[in-house]
Amino acid sequence: MAGNTPLLTVNDLSVVFPSPKGDVCAVNNLGFSMGREKIGIVGESGSGKSVTGRAVLGLLPPYARVTASDITFKGRNLLTCSEKQMRQIRGRQISMVMQDPKYSLNPVRTVGNQISEAYTIHHKAGKKQARQKTLDMLKAVRIRNPAQVYGLYPHEVSGGMGQRIMIAMMLIPEPSLLIADEPTSALDVTVQLQVLAILDDLVQERGMGLIFISHDLALVSSFCDRVIIMYGGQIMEVVDAVNLHKSNHPYTKGLLGCLPKIDGNPDHLPTLVRDEAWLKPPPKCFGRGTAL
Amino acid sequence: MREWLLADTPESSFQAWAGRAYLGLGAFMKNRLAVLGLLIIVALIVIAVFAPVIAPYDPVETRIGNRLAPLSSTHYLGTDEMGRDIFSRIVWGSRLTLYVIGLVAIIAAPVGLLVGTVAGYFGGIVDMVLMRITDIILAFPKLILALAFVSALGPGIENAIIAIAITSWPPYARISRAETLTIRHSDFIKAVRLQGAGGLRIITGHIMPLCLSSLIVRVTLDMAGIILTSAGLGFLGLGAQPPCPEWGAMTAGGRAYIIDYWWLITMPGTAIFIVSLAFNLLGDGLREVLDPRGGN
Amino acid sequence: MISIENLNIFFGHGQTRSHAVKDVGFTVEKGESFGLVGESGSGKSTVLNCIAGLLTHWSGHMEIDGVRLTQTRDMAFYRKVQMVFQDPYGSLHPRHTIDRTLKEPVKIHRLGDANQRVAQVLEEVGLGAKFRFRFPHQLSGGQRQRVAVARALILDPEVILLDEPTSALDVSIQAEVLNLLQDIRKEKNLTYLLVSHDLAVVCHMCNRLLVMNRGKSVETLTRSQLKRGAISEKYTKQLLIASKGYDRTAIDQFQDFE
Repeated sequence: MAGNTPLLTVNDLSVVFPSPKGDVCAVNNLGFSMGREKIGIVGESGSGKSVTGRAVLGLLPPYARVTASDITFKGRNLLTCSEKQMRQIRGRQISMVMQDPKYSLNPVRTVGNQISEAYTIHHKAGKKQARQKTLDMLKAVRIRNPAQVYGLYPHEVSGGMGQRIMIAMMLIPEPSLLIADEPTSALDVTVQLQVLAILDDLVQERGMGLIFISHDLALVSSFCDRVIIMYGGQIMEVVDAVNLHKSNHPYTKGLLGCLPKIDGNPDHLPTLVRDEAWLKPPPKCFGRGTAL
Repeated sequence: MREWLLADTPESSFQAWAGRAYLGLGAFMKNRLAVLGLLIIVALIVIAVFAPVIAPYDPVETRIGNRLAPLSSTHYLGTDEMGRDIFSRIVWGSRLTLYVIGLVAIIAAPVGLLVGTVAGYFGGIVDMVLMRITDIILAFPKLILALAFVSALGPGIENAIIAIAITSWPPYARISRAETLTIRHSDFIKAVRLQGAGGLRIITGHIMPLCLSSLIVRVTLDMAGIILTSAGLGFLGLGAQPPCPEWGAMTAGGRAYIIDYWWLITMPGTAIFIVSLAFNLLGDGLREVLDPRGGN
Repeated sequence: MISIENLNIFFGHGQTRSHAVKDVGFTVEKGESFGLVGESGSGKSTVLNCIAGLLTHWSGHMEIDGVRLTQTRDMAFYRKVQMVFQDPYGSLHPRHTIDRTLKEPVKIHRLGDANQRVAQVLEEVGLGAKFRFRFPHQLSGGQRQRVAVARALILDPEVILLDEPTSALDVSIQAEVLNLLQDIRKEKNLTYLLVSHDLAVVCHMCNRLLVMNRGKSVETLTRSQLKRGAISEKYTKQLLIASKGYDRTAIDQFQDFE
């Protein structure tokens, strides 16, 4: 599944946030490896899924203590990269889409302007070429009238459109890995699926890797190739999405079981019983983190 | 004691509040400068309360034979042009200073809070009328308006207080209104409306407590300004009347002697400076503890 | 219990005036649990706020328990109808302890023995006495939502309006809160009006539901019709497909409905 040479390898990743009540361990000894595939990271709030995504990109606040024995991206060790080299990699090689586009776009500049800037930062290109590239990209995320949208300000676009614009902006430097942190949670179901379909097509066409971080197990299992289930900062299990329903892990089973289903019975939903024994080996630090 | 305060499951409202206050106090204590400000203000209060014990001389008794005496062991801070002991006058003056800032805060802050929350909560025509009145008063320079009031009411410390209070509530009204506007549409206000609560209950019980913290910070920071305004009025001869030992009036009296007898103007001036600074330091410290926007 | 006819709601004035809810009508029997489903902008929450009396710019006919509602509501209405909000972080006063939040309605309606009532209602929502004097920030999202349910219950209402009560919660917590809501309804024979964007939640909780889109009713369905897929409107069919997860081929057939 992961191809011959993995795109991204993470080993023994731990993230600790110091707090007045003692250190909080948000991610504990996490490791995974992925190729050019769609991999989902699923967990409840506080499971450390968002922190993991940010840690890979080096986007955590400076007071967070990040340790890992290995974070290798395309054969390059990200742990030894300087901030300047990381800036080169962020955007050009690895991009990130966040939950709410409204906060990620500059409100006083047109969307077209911002997308073409994302292109020219990483590619030597003239204004005209950047504009053409931007219009192509807007078309690729299925915006019907790219020329008109080019001149709009972020507050003038709807939520679904805003998220498409964000994706266009993140994909225009042609990264090899996209980290999407709850990219569609704020959208309506149908719009959410349409946005995912765009992501799916782009991943296929360009041979990108995608890390899809979400709380929605049902959605992730139908969208991704493999799923990483996280709980309390640790990986519970990694399963192929098609085999998720056959999973034997009590946490995965619990999460799937407590979802209301249209064809289920309207009696009591099974609830999830947590077991601290799932967290093994015994964590080096105490407490569980919350999502940033 | 500490365990009782920090209990995760308090057993009474009182314990819950005490625990909260304790955490706030802990955060406040970490800010050294704010603690210094608080200590200065506590010292000011102590001095004011025990003025008769601390002051070695009568602050208004004149002894012409001993006028303009320099700093010495008998007169710690020297004497003024009438032979009055400056140290005793500053000690007694602290009472006037506290009197002024206390009364102004008691008058201006509640007025501003009430006007702002009512305007913000009801909106529409009520908001229009109240905020335009606020704007009109804000449009005047503070000291000039106070001057106009004092000239109309006649000079004197009480009139100065009224004048300062009238000119200082509008900023509080603006702050409270801005806070109210952000709170007004929150779900917890909707919830209490759905329980049948009336406007009065919502404003006093639910909105005002949330406006209070930013208001306290602002009032504390304004204390310095109030001291300066009252000193300014005293300096212009429109505040406290001689021989009252008011700090502003004292600096005004020492003006003529500034070259040869520097202590006349420097000592009360320093007192004004220290107390204003203390209030500013305290205000900044309180902002960090109370203001929710300062981060938790 | 609830009867709504020809409800129209407008927002704004003049040029910016928008017709948020267009001729919506439905009835809910006593003891029934009824769902309003739709995407954002469908007007489902607007209808709920309007019944609660939080909006006044409406026209049409609304009745609760045989009493016609007017623009202003009386105290008897608030004893009969209560609401649970979506965001557990925004619906509790941040400076009030749980005790104070729960005592407030008792004081407003002058019911007396507040202490006893608070203790009892906390027990009913499965929180118990140890949470009573905490501040909201000392509770998790699920616990806060239980407090919100307790606040709605303390006045012994007959109707509870639920505005996306679990959409801000993790799925495991959602299951617990949904179970709680169902138990309470059975025990007290309450009438629920549940608003949600999640077809599965509504299907789980409600025996009948109304699908809304852009301020208009699309169709009313029973739970068994939804389960069988006996749906006549295209919009509802699309919603049902979308709720089943990611299916690349189905998505290409999605369309916009006016």
